Amino acid sequence: MLLRKVSQSSALCGSILRIPAGLSRGQRHAGAVVAVQNPRLYASQAAEAVLEKTAAVGSNTAAKVEKTISTESKSYAVNIFKGQIETAQVFPYPSALNEEQEQFLRELVGPVDKFFLEVNDAAKNDALEKVEDDTMQGLKEMGAFGLQVPSDLGGLGLSNTQYARLVEIVGTYDLGVGITLGAHQSIGFKGILLFGNPAQKEKYLPKLATAETIAAFCLTEPASGSDAASIKTTAVQSSCGKFFTLNGSKIWISNGGLAEIFTVFAKTPMKDPKTGEMKDKISAFVVERSFGGVTSGPPEKKMGIKASNTAEVYFDNVRVPADCLLGELGEGFKVAMNILNNGRFGMAAALSGTMKGVINKAVDHAANRTQFGNKIHNYGVIQEKVARMAMLQYVTESMAYMISGNMDSGAKEFQIEAAISKIFASEAAWTVTDECVQVMGGMGYMKDTGLERVMRDLRIFRIFEGTNDILRLFVALNGFQNAGNQLKSLQKALKNPIGNAGMLAGEIAKRAKRKAGLSTGLTLQGTVHPELAQSGELTAKAIEQFGGVTEELLLKHGKKIIDEQFVLSRVADCAIDLYAMVVVLSRASRALSEGSASAQHEKMLCETWCVEAHERILRDIKSLRSSQSRQLYKNMRAISAAVVENGGVVAPPALGF
Amino acid sequence: MSGRVLVGVKRVIDYAVKIRVKPDNSGVVTDGVKHSMNPFCEIAVEEAVKLKEKKFIKEVVAVSCGPQQAQETIRTALAMGADRGIHVEVTGKDYDTLGPLQVSKIFAALAKKEDAQLLILGKQAIDDDCNQTGQMTAALLDWPQGTFASEVSLEGDKIKVVREIDGGLETIKINTPAVLTADLRLNTPRYATLPNIMKAKKKKIAQVKPADLGVDITSRLEVLRVDEPPQRLAGVTVETVDDLVAKLKESGTI
Repeated sequence: MLLRKVSQSSALCGSILRIPAGLSRGQRHAGAVVAVQNPRLYASQAAEAVLEKTAAVGSNTAAKVEKTISTESKSYAVNIFKGQIETAQVFPYPSALNEEQEQFLRELVGPVDKFFLEVNDAAKNDALEKVEDDTMQGLKEMGAFGLQVPSDLGGLGLSNTQYARLVEIVGTYDLGVGITLGAHQSIGFKGILLFGNPAQKEKYLPKLATAETIAAFCLTEPASGSDAASIKTTAVQSSCGKFFTLNGSKIWISNGGLAEIFTVFAKTPMKDPKTGEMKDKISAFVVERSFGGVTSGPPEKKMGIKASNTAEVYFDNVRVPADCLLGELGEGFKVAMNILNNGRFGMAAALSGTMKGVINKAVDHAANRTQFGNKIHNYGVIQEKVARMAMLQYVTESMAYMISGNMDSGAKEFQIEAAISKIFASEAAWTVTDECVQVMGGMGYMKDTGLERVMRDLRIFRIFEGTNDILRLFVALNGFQNAGNQLKSLQKALKNPIGNAGMLAGEIAKRAKRKAGLSTGLTLQGTVHPELAQSGELTAKAIEQFGGVTEELLLKHGKKIIDEQFVLSRVADCAIDLYAMVVVLSRASRALSEGSASAQHEKMLCETWCVEAHERILRDIKSLRSSQSRQLYKNMRAISAAVVENGGVVAPPALGF
Repeated sequence: MSGRVLVGVKRVIDYAVKIRVKPDNSGVVTDGVKHSMNPFCEIAVEEAVKLKEKKFIKEVVAVSCGPQQAQETIRTALAMGADRGIHVEVTGKDYDTLGPLQVSKIFAALAKKEDAQLLILGKQAIDDDCNQTGQMTAALLDWPQGTFASEVSLEGDKIKVVREIDGGLETIKINTPAVLTADLRLNTPRYATLPNIMKAKKKKIAQVKPADLGVDITSRLEVLRVDEPPQRLAGVTVETVDDLVAKLKESGTI
């Protein structure tokens, strides 16, 4: 979404980056001082490019950008782009529940689990393409619709970690119900929780907590999916200022057909205070169906999560009172991004539950099925599948609770980690479920086994709430932005080289060592448990290399890195693997320190994961540096252009006809 | 009438758990094993709460005997609608040997102390299957008893109880105060809703010791050994009836 706007921005299109002849990579080693001097041109431009981009769309990151310039980031993901290890939010593994919260959570887990085991019928919900009425009523009475609403407004007031634990149970049994609940509270009315004023909270939250009214999040339009900033729904303020007139249509809105309360994003024309000209900026509104003019279409027929209602929602001259504005006028994009960012950890939590459920089915089969005279779990191929499934689930669960723990402890910077967890969880769950079907063979393909429904339910998770492709670009660009800022401050230091001689000498030496393949002293020793020292070193080395390659890429591409999607998605893959390595190191370290019964098993999961992740990262880094990859990207660009122009495959039929 | 009902709730190993005998054959493994409220006790609590909702009685008090964890079971009863709880603290070896006779003495003492109008228990616990506590308590109190109840209705100061017995159903009318034990079909226990669990946190659980009630809990029974049921041996298929008769004669069965 952010990207297309950038390439349209004339401010950036016009400026082409020129790399002076002297700055080819071979020279960098010897001319280290030269290398450091030149960042002034490229890095600052790169940083500015990203900054301009964010300013151009008036987005949430604008606020965050100010923060990252002025304060050091505590986010691990942000720092790896600078080749630094910031352990504040990742070691030790967060335990964000006090005794009372833990005790309360334990009491909640039983009844919720029991309800889903005995009352909810996922297969029935899927067949009916709605949540059964009795189940829906039971969920409402159970309080499942208001888990994070403050208790004085009728909800359970759960923290993010407590919410994650319950959502994990829902994910284990029924993702369709999970989306119905999530669309309502994780995004539907989250805006009111995060940005509502006291009057709005008092007015809406009590009925939303009991699900007397259901909520929906309305952002996507026919012509605006990933490119959310391009929405066309309008909300024009009346001359008296007392109301807005809302016009437009939204598609694929979860709970769209059921909701009474809609969080709607629309373009509001407003006067730019600096220039005085009228601009269209996005604002967020709480819209009630009872305002009149709000209609919804029939339920969409989907591949999966059939129990969840998805519908088009139309706004025809809807009169929205001015006090229904959510947040500030023109700040709607920030509201939208914050809502999505805030709810992302829930997806990782739910999917880690889903994976547990399907793995149980597969393992039960593998332990009992005999072929060729042995139970099939004795065969290497099956063993590898089961091991990989276990690792993927372990990483996902570790990410989910690390992020929820960070959020509960007051961390403000977690957007990259949250995006990583969404990408990882959705892809891991798909792979794991697919492999479970494979382990079960023909049985896995049969409806009664329940796995095919889970596969169909899972497919959407890589698409909605930010497609994984966009989120990868987000992870890479967000990381580059911060790394670019550091190079920018280096540039500032260069203006006074004598005063900053010490610091500059250190920076130069660091880069020289890195280039020569020597360690720059980056280590996790003393942070991870001694038994995991080796995996810790693999991680530290990988971060070192990663920091090196990101700097090279910034220097090489500058501003234009925004358009280098082949590069960006590989950079993101490295970042994802680096975060995955550190979360399992953290969790396994905790298990070993506590001497828990499963500590050795967790150590094995961690070590195996880290070795393979390290290999992947180095391979990606090599590819990012190689000229052959550049040729491959060029080829792929050309292939794609030809196929698109031809409206289909270009090569003539193998048989000639 | 005080309008107060006492409900006994027992913390047992969850019905879905696979039971394992300890290696020293002294009992079953309980450490780290999932526990929950005895299903018949859930039915008893549900009945008491229903009576309160129909305004036949005023207060439901949940009682459990055992170690610290028994409080979790009382909390579940509170989440289902009980008003307050009493935790009778019995720990260690005393808890291992605690049986129906001791528990019934405790319940009898509490029923008198709390001036209870009714005492409702589950018909039996799924761990020991004794089916004795209700009957013993009634005898100690010299109260009438309505056991294996599948239907209960209060009519003035009498109770009509439909009992499930071997021959079918038996309807009796007994005076209050009385002891009732709940059978499977008495009702379907409600699911504890999350808001109710939250409200239950504020309800009180009083702590007492058996000595405070003047009860001696020494056991008159000693468990010598606990064994798993013998492994079921594979059967043998026979072709004809004559073969069957021959095999049965062979094994000495006939």
